Amino acid sequence: MSSRIYDCIAAIADVIEENKDFLTDLDREIGDADHGVNMARGFHAVKEKLPKDDPDIGAALKKTGMTLLSTVGGASGPLYGTAYMDAGKVAAGKTELTAEDFGEMLKAAIAGIQKRGKAERGEKTMLDSLIPAYETYTEKVAGGADLVTALEAACEEARKGIEFTKTIRATKGRASYLAERSIGHQDPGATSATLTLETILKFLKG
Amino acid sequence: MKKLINEVDNVVNEMLDGMVAACPKYVKRLPGLEVLVRAGGSNGKVALVSGGGSGHEPSHGGFVGKGMLDGAVAGAVFTSPTPDQVYEAIKAANGGKGVLLVIKNYTGDVMNFEMAADMARDEGIEVDQVVVADDVAVENSTWTTGRRGIAGTIFVHKLAGACAEAGGDLAAVKAVAEKVIANVRSMGMAIDACTVPAAGKKSFDLAEDEIEIGIGIHGEPGTHREKMSTVNGISDQLLDKILAEGIYNSGDEVCVLVNGMGGTPLMELYVANNHIKDVLAEKGIKIYKTIVGNYMTSLDMEGFSITLLKLDDEMKKLLDAPADTPAFVQF
Repeated sequence: MSSRIYDCIAAIADVIEENKDFLTDLDREIGDADHGVNMARGFHAVKEKLPKDDPDIGAALKKTGMTLLSTVGGASGPLYGTAYMDAGKVAAGKTELTAEDFGEMLKAAIAGIQKRGKAERGEKTMLDSLIPAYETYTEKVAGGADLVTALEAACEEARKGIEFTKTIRATKGRASYLAERSIGHQDPGATSATLTLETILKFLKG
Repeated sequence: MKKLINEVDNVVNEMLDGMVAACPKYVKRLPGLEVLVRAGGSNGKVALVSGGGSGHEPSHGGFVGKGMLDGAVAGAVFTSPTPDQVYEAIKAANGGKGVLLVIKNYTGDVMNFEMAADMARDEGIEVDQVVVADDVAVENSTWTTGRRGIAGTIFVHKLAGACAEAGGDLAAVKAVAEKVIANVRSMGMAIDACTVPAAGKKSFDLAEDEIEIGIGIHGEPGTHREKMSTVNGISDQLLDKILAEGIYNSGDEVCVLVNGMGGTPLMELYVANNHIKDVLAEKGIKIYKTIVGNYMTSLDMEGFSITLLKLDDEMKKLLDAPADTPAFVQF
């Protein structure tokens, strides 16, 4: 039988594959038309390489990050690769996660993305979904919410973050070359990040 | 989509093997990797390693050889290679005198190459890097990632490569690369977009009478669109932006590169050059050397870029030094 963490990451892989063309089309508008293709290639490799029966969440995330790093390329490879590896460090040895654990993992993932991408919120990147999602998540958990309830609210904020990216011009990444022409388009990275959170939520809700 | 390919996912792999088969004298492929290195190795000199997404052929594998690069890493089409591949290229190219990475200024390229450099340094290999950002279409401000690296990169390969071949140490080779970067500017345009095999459709849509000015080399849209005009008019526009940099002044000597984007007939590149030479003559800018051809392409994109490199005596010598690579031979 496969472990919960394997099933969860496999679910993310499936959603990325299902949205491959959608993500690539978004990237075609303001980037270089490869986000979906690259992410799908990476997660295809993750599904093949990840041990099915190891319940260690940290180990699975580390392996996922390293695989993405060596298969995705572009900017998404180092960014998502770092995010998964850094989240994995927080979850090292764990086979169950508390609401607080998940918050710490999200925090580590965001910090990793910021360090690697030298980016801040408001630059039309995945951080525009992830940071508000994380803030809402920790607020909810501090107020006593369980992981699923807090993540539900976080996903809502992540979706709002996507909408927000439509209103601003990109100042990081390849979309920044378009200047004002990037306004009106949603950020592919914010979209794939939100899809990831939504898939984790859906998985936890069973 | 009509393409002369087999499996979309196997294009880069088959291309690299095909290149090695065509040029065994120059390059060999590291087994299982998307990396080409010099067939004869690079012992005893500073090594230059470059690379980027595929689709820019002959860049960068075509410039691996005497007087230019020691290693080239090929990512998926228009996608930066991954750190593990770059790391293997650094290790294989290192001839004991250190390695200079020549990176084009794209978010992904810089991140992946920097991660690889960190990995190599952990192993005790001396690694330094330069980032080429010659595209004047993109404003260099706090609002962007910085200017893109495009065709001017070829001159970094050529001049820094010549310095390394002549025995320059890592600091000297890097200094030459930085000098080229400071003195090279480019700008490109397209009359039609390219088609990435995995995407299967054109990377942007242009009306029959529309052109895109300020394009990059990854099928990304440019800075603006306008109506089709003559190549003289288009060249004027590209040159205006390049000359507005204030680098190239009356009395200066330059090397001109008229670079095809992959789908442009050489005839049209020469027509463009015929006007470029007149404009530069009018400005009193002396052309020391002109290179016309496909050096930094964007798959099948129809269009071209103009690059100017300002030269001093040291740079002229390095530009004229012999080079023997699949895509650039000079005796």
